[in-house]
Amino acid sequence: MTQYLSVEFIAMLTGFLLMVIGVWGIISQKNLLKIVIGFSLFDTGLNIVIVSLSYVKNSTAPILDKAVEVSDAASKIADPVPQALVLTSIVIGLGVTALMLAYVMRMFREKKSLEINSYNELKW
Amino acid sequence: MIKKGILLLLLAGFVVVISNLIINFSGSSELNPLARYYAENGPTEVGAANLVTAVVVTYRGFDTLGEVTILFIAAAIVGFFLKILNSNNNRTSSLRKPSEILETASTLLVPTIFMLGTYIFINGHLTPGGGFQGGAVIATGVMMIILARPTSEFNHKLLSILEAISGIGFVLMGVLGLILASGFLNNAFLPLGKLGNILSAGAIPIIYVFIGIKVGSELTSILNSLKENQNEV
Repeated sequence: MTQYLSVEFIAMLTGFLLMVIGVWGIISQKNLLKIVIGFSLFDTGLNIVIVSLSYVKNSTAPILDKAVEVSDAASKIADPVPQALVLTSIVIGLGVTALMLAYVMRMFREKKSLEINSYNELKW
Repeated sequence: MIKKGILLLLLAGFVVVISNLIINFSGSSELNPLARYYAENGPTEVGAANLVTAVVVTYRGFDTLGEVTILFIAAAIVGFFLKILNSNNNRTSSLRKPSEILETASTLLVPTIFMLGTYIFINGHLTPGGGFQGGAVIATGVMMIILARPTSEFNHKLLSILEAISGIGFVLMGVLGLILASGFLNNAFLPLGKLGNILSAGAIPIIYVFIGIKVGSELTSILNSLKENQNEV
């Protein structure tokens, strides 16, 4: 039971909840902007999950200063690799969000509508 | 009704797939071998106090080059899709006037935000932060300018020149590492210095300044093309 009250577990649960909300937004919403927000939420949740996976019990940020000496760095810090990957993922998520917003603006320019039901050219 | 049922079923399936991972999750109590290598050898090999920076810029610098490229492509496609087709002159007429509080506060806050962004990317190898974060902070300053003065125009040519110079500089630093040190994007061709000093970690501060300028100008051009189209539609 105690494992469910630890920091990394709570962070991971929050991330998964955000992912579920994001999936719900993507598949249930009709407004294009809300779908974009759903993708964005999914992205954020996934980033939180990856960071919480990299957490090592009772560790601190992987930055060497007075608190973490070079000699005992390996026993005191969290895993820096997933954090670096999440840095990449955040930037890619931003680029994807900007692209989706640009598509939405372009689609709105064509039909003056944000409802996904009015774009049925690719529907079968 | 059927649609709602299918929706709930899909969501439940998603939750079942991931719940297994959550329930059996128990945090690790020690670093894995790769992270241990970075923690033990990072300070001597790279000389950056921030180990995340050491991983991002040096050990996995090639990833970062690809990441910057993806951001550039995203900015280029946004600019391409939102190219202004018809140039009508009364574009700004329907914009609501910004509030006086925002307008006054922006004159004080925007230079401060730019300074904070510059601080973040110059100190990227010592403190939490780096080129991407600093560039994003600078872009929030630009966002504030757009909100406070919707009629302001940005110099496209200056933005693209800044972006080109910083991109070329980043690749040049990588090639210098290939020629003078052991590999592409190796930062050790400049003296590593003392761990924790501002002038340490070889080429990392220079690379991060280039990344910061590049990300800042790319995000500015994305915001700019979104802004210029707000009355087009």
